[in-house]
Amino acid sequence: MSVSFAAQLNSVLAALILLTAFGLLAQRRIYGLLHLFAWQGVFLSISTAVVGYVAGQQHLYISSILTLAIKVIVLPYILHILIIRLQIHKEVETVINIPTTMLIGIALVIFSYHLTSPIRELSTLVTRSTISVALATVMLGLLMMITRKHAVTQIIGFLAMENGLFFAATSATYGMPLVVELGVALDILIAAFIFGIFFFHIRTTFESLDVEQMARLKEED
Amino acid sequence: MISPFTLITTSLYIFFSVVILSLLFSRNQRLLVYSVFPLTSFASLLALIAGIWIVQYGITESWIILMGLPDLPFHIRLDPLSGFFLTLIGALGFIVSVYSIGYVKAFIGHRPVTSLAIFYSLFLAGMFMVVLADDAFFFLISWEVMAAASYFLVMFEDERTENRRAAFLYLVIAHIGAIAILLSFGLMAGFATGFESFNGYTFDAMRHASFPPHWAAVTFFLAFFGFAAKAGVIPLHVWLPEAHPVAPSNVSALMSGIMLKTAIYGIIRVTFDLIRDFPWWWGAVVMILGLVSALLGILFALQQQDLKKLLAYSSVENIGIILVGIGLSMTFASFHSPVLSALALTAGLYHTFNHAMFKGLLFMGAGAVLHATHERNMEGMGGLIHRMPWTSALFLIGCISISALPPFNGFVSEWLMFQAFLLSPALPSTLLNFLIPMGAALLALAAALAAMCFVKAFGVTFLGQWRGQHHSEIHEVDWFMRIGMGMTAIACLCLGIFPTAMIRWMDVIAAGFVGGELSESAGAFGWIWLTPISHERASYSGPIVLLGLVGIVALAFLLLHARRKTIHRGPLWDCGFEKVTPRMQYTATAFSMPVRRIFGFYFHIRERKESKHLLDHKAFIKSIRYTLKTRDRFWGWLYQPVVDASFWISRKTGKLQKGRIQVYLIYSFATIILLLVLLR
Repeated sequence: MSVSFAAQLNSVLAALILLTAFGLLAQRRIYGLLHLFAWQGVFLSISTAVVGYVAGQQHLYISSILTLAIKVIVLPYILHILIIRLQIHKEVETVINIPTTMLIGIALVIFSYHLTSPIRELSTLVTRSTISVALATVMLGLLMMITRKHAVTQIIGFLAMENGLFFAATSATYGMPLVVELGVALDILIAAFIFGIFFFHIRTTFESLDVEQMARLKEED
Repeated sequence: MISPFTLITTSLYIFFSVVILSLLFSRNQRLLVYSVFPLTSFASLLALIAGIWIVQYGITESWIILMGLPDLPFHIRLDPLSGFFLTLIGALGFIVSVYSIGYVKAFIGHRPVTSLAIFYSLFLAGMFMVVLADDAFFFLISWEVMAAASYFLVMFEDERTENRRAAFLYLVIAHIGAIAILLSFGLMAGFATGFESFNGYTFDAMRHASFPPHWAAVTFFLAFFGFAAKAGVIPLHVWLPEAHPVAPSNVSALMSGIMLKTAIYGIIRVTFDLIRDFPWWWGAVVMILGLVSALLGILFALQQQDLKKLLAYSSVENIGIILVGIGLSMTFASFHSPVLSALALTAGLYHTFNHAMFKGLLFMGAGAVLHATHERNMEGMGGLIHRMPWTSALFLIGCISISALPPFNGFVSEWLMFQAFLLSPALPSTLLNFLIPMGAALLALAAALAAMCFVKAFGVTFLGQWRGQHHSEIHEVDWFMRIGMGMTAIACLCLGIFPTAMIRWMDVIAAGFVGGELSESAGAFGWIWLTPISHERASYSGPIVLLGLVGIVALAFLLLHARRKTIHRGPLWDCGFEKVTPRMQYTATAFSMPVRRIFGFYFHIRERKESKHLLDHKAFIKSIRYTLKTRDRFWGWLYQPVVDASFWISRKTGKLQKGRIQVYLIYSFATIILLLVLLR
């Protein structure tokens, strides 16, 4: 596999990741979200492995396997269990309608390309063209958290954001040191558990998982 | 090998082990009290000995302790100034610790005293470390240990709202002051070795720094502001009359007696040791603020009905007097008259020591009264001299000392201060020649008002008849407390009678800083006569005044008892009427009424009279109700606007808080985007 082929493969994977990020923004059903999230994990995992092969960084393989295990299998499974336990069937409600969200998302992608253009000129890494995609994924994840009302979708948004960060680390510097990546992976796992516990508490308190209900916690003045 | 250094480190080790000890003994509160306070008094005694030793031989030594952050070891230094303050803190710490055994014992069974014991020893240790520190880093750490420990001591009886409020106010002002001190040290360190390196944090580097004139002024006034907040200089005094009354009395004695003095130490250290070279107007500003504090402090003190609040305001006055001495010394030093500067500095330091002794005594006395009567309001006391003869006699000694009457110590230091004032026409500045005598007049007024204030404090509390209920429970306090108060009383007397010895002992401080010496001229006529500059100018002899007083009292006693007739004792304050009830006595409010009329402008007075009439006719008055509220105006002038503004800002920022996650996320999102755009 030549370097230029690997770079092109990586770009394709980046495009797919971006596509799934937009898919997350557009998807209304909660199982659809979950599948899209899992697919994003798959693309991320492959991309990491490709970068690891090109750059000759052995530890990226471990990261890749970790991503596959945690973000494709474990986390979607946990969320799946949660969705069944919490009996969520409804369509996901959004704060802003989906076409507007998509337009904002496109603006964010353009913005991140504009933002990373100096880095692309200076960098010598094969992955340099994907930094802007990574940044865009982070922003789209945050945008998803903002536009969704349901607590579970917010978690998916958060995890998508983390995917973006991970992708940014791989494409900008060939990945963080292995220790850091292990730590982050563990953090994500623990965060998912904590969120799960929180969901149960939120639901028992508000009888709903709509985070808008939490506005009732605000102090009256 | 015993040296001052080993003594003082042993003392600090004892303080820190006392902290652990109190945690271990928290099950057995009685054992805790009987082990902690003797140990702290022993540790203070060690520091006292070290302090006397250092000043006596004029030792200046410094050490580096390998503690603290990497590459920033702690520096400590012993020199005569820190020795003087070690002596001061050690002396009062020793005495108050003895007193505390008796005082804290009374809490057993009512509330746990473990926290009191822990923070008491940390507080003392913090004060010792402040005067030992020789770098900004260690100084500020010690300063904060001291502030935090005293915060918890003020909070000791935290179930009452007023205590929590007082402690919070104290903490806020202490930290605003600490920030100012930190900035000042930062500037000094910057001018010492440049703002890029950290090596300037030692005081030694600061001593060799050269300051651009304007920045020197900024540095000095930042430090002065910070220390003034701690010392309670008007208008930064508001925490003092709140925090001192609500703290346990042994703690108030320490806070007023020595914690305020650490601020004086800081001012002297920064001015005379670190900056060294200053224009005359700095001294003038310090002096003016001192005069304002002295005069307003005592006026406010006169209006108080709460005994401990009165004493707290009186501390403001005395800090003012000390600052007048320091300011005068700075002015003289900048005009290069070393002897006069030494005289003023010595007077200031002498008053520092004296104030620690008599204010310690008075707060301990107030604590004894509180202990016996559970009452802080003087309007509910009276006639305690019959029930508590020891406390009364000792409190009276404190009152005489603080009123600057011979033969006690207050007189000596204020007299020295006036000598310095009266020698000011030697200065080459006409403006100062004009202003300084006015300052002397104001100081004299403050001294006279102080005497009036303590006539009130003693008279209303101890003389006359008991005004409250449950008279029978009042009893004299135990021996620990009496011994504690007795030792300060003896110190007051000795400092008043042997000023020459004291001045000779502490002369090395002024000699080191301003290059002037007093001991040759002051003790030119032996220990009996104190002649600060020359005997033609002024002289005072404590021993002879004492002998004279003792002679007159003995003569009066003999004349009274030599007569054959037995002495007839009538009812108190009878004044020829019959059936005089305790409520008909002269009250504290009434006593201070003339001052309220003359100086009414300085107070926020709310006076209300309500009368109820029989048959709805003015002629038949059934009852009259009189309420009076006096507050000092600074709260309304300076602090209320700040409080209002911060509440207004918090209400405005509170609107940002919508309670919706999405909105919070938008805030962070917008911030990120904005930062990315701006810092691209």
